[in-house]
Amino acid sequence: MSDAALPFLGGRAGAAASPRAPLLPMRARGLTLRRGGVAVVDRIDLDLGLRGCTAILGPNGAGKSLLLRLLHGLEPPEAGAVTWNGAPASREVTARQALVFQTPVLLRRSVGANLDFVLRARRRDRGLRAALLDRVGLGDKADRPARLLSGGEKQRLALARALATGPDVLFLDEPTASLDPGSVLMIERIVREEAERGTRLVIVTHDVAQARRLADDVVFLHRGRVIEHAPTDTFFAAPAAEAARDFLAGRIVL
Amino acid sequence: MREATESLQDIAEALRLAVSLVLSGDADLVEIVVLSLRVSLTATAVACAIGLPLGALVAVARFPGRGTALVVMNALMGLPPVVVGLIVYLHLSRAGPLGFLGLLYTPTAMIVAQTILIAPIVAALSRQVLEDLHDEYAAQFRSLCLTRAQVVGALLWDGRYALMTVALAGFGRAVAEVGAVMIVGGNIDHLTRVMTTAIALETSKGALPMALALGIVLMALALGVNAAVHGLRASAVRHAYV
Repeated sequence: MSDAALPFLGGRAGAAASPRAPLLPMRARGLTLRRGGVAVVDRIDLDLGLRGCTAILGPNGAGKSLLLRLLHGLEPPEAGAVTWNGAPASREVTARQALVFQTPVLLRRSVGANLDFVLRARRRDRGLRAALLDRVGLGDKADRPARLLSGGEKQRLALARALATGPDVLFLDEPTASLDPGSVLMIERIVREEAERGTRLVIVTHDVAQARRLADDVVFLHRGRVIEHAPTDTFFAAPAAEAARDFLAGRIVL
Repeated sequence: MREATESLQDIAEALRLAVSLVLSGDADLVEIVVLSLRVSLTATAVACAIGLPLGALVAVARFPGRGTALVVMNALMGLPPVVVGLIVYLHLSRAGPLGFLGLLYTPTAMIVAQTILIAPIVAALSRQVLEDLHDEYAAQFRSLCLTRAQVVGALLWDGRYALMTVALAGFGRAVAEVGAVMIVGGNIDHLTRVMTTAIALETSKGALPMALALGIVLMALALGVNAAVHGLRASAVRHAYV
């Protein structure tokens, strides 16, 4: 019987599996994933350093979200591998990361109970709940049913839940898409605070201005491949790839 | 024409007597109703204790032969009560492997039979409910690295309102069946007589008032339980908990 809750196919528990060892740097080599015979992630090589915020930019269908899921260990690659400080993907490695999905999936419980669930599952101090809710501006909504929150509030709760796990690496998949400006501001503020605290951030975004505001480096994806990976200033000042130039100029990139 | 009119008058008279039996709280009637509830509620509780975790486990696990297991689970929902009664009878009869327990013709035997009858219903329906819920939660749960026990626990809690309907379906099947309890209980007065077996007996004796009175209680019970669950679900919908 396979364990549906455990996505991993095996692998040696390395240094990063130990809670005290550094999780980073991350190294991905030759990551490939096919859907319907098409390589939606195509032989991607990517390195993440110890600190900072990396933005993954690219047009629709470029494979940004799938790349995030591959790095987080939610999907096993068909080819290639991800290593974290030399250790292969494992349950212990993923447990030190968190992913905020584009569409938050909240439990059918109150706002506070959604956080309690994660804090209990991770055996963390239940007293963190109030501080986390205050941090995402939901301190007065602890008893409200989570699924009756507005879109922005739901995403902020999802972010609080991710932070409740105390992640070393935080993946965010278009966390502010279609949100109200207040929620966008709050989420960006928290992203900056987390980066300052030393949490490694990887954010998928369509929003070029957001990538410029938040990221230290930009990965530009096109048709499942990394076309360009450069420091944010360099990327926006002089994008090397034609597809990146078209994207930044607002032209439709197929 | 005259005979038909007399027959209708008989039924009306029986109905009047039945209502008065219910309203007066007839001791025999109350005893039968209480035993029926005790047997069927206990069977439902035991069936839920077995069927809900089993349904949840099959909902989240992927294993060789799962498709066959699903077909068997679904097929067992249609177990004929008399066949279940017969199998339990064979096991509990003096010559059977569990005959030493001395359970035949006791309420416990009836609980066992009803549990066997409805546990597959609870397991199969809860599997469907929880698999749909798991499809929604799966990626988030994998990201949170939950253990299988944590996943099953979360699904059972978050699916609680839908699962109440599942339990109700089980209870409805248990309280309304007659074949299994008749065989393993024996319909013994003041010992194993429940509503359905009493209705069958009283009708065959021509004692329509008691049969109708029990029928009224059975219907009222079904309506009451359904109304209660409907009310709870409506409250859950308002809170977006379903």
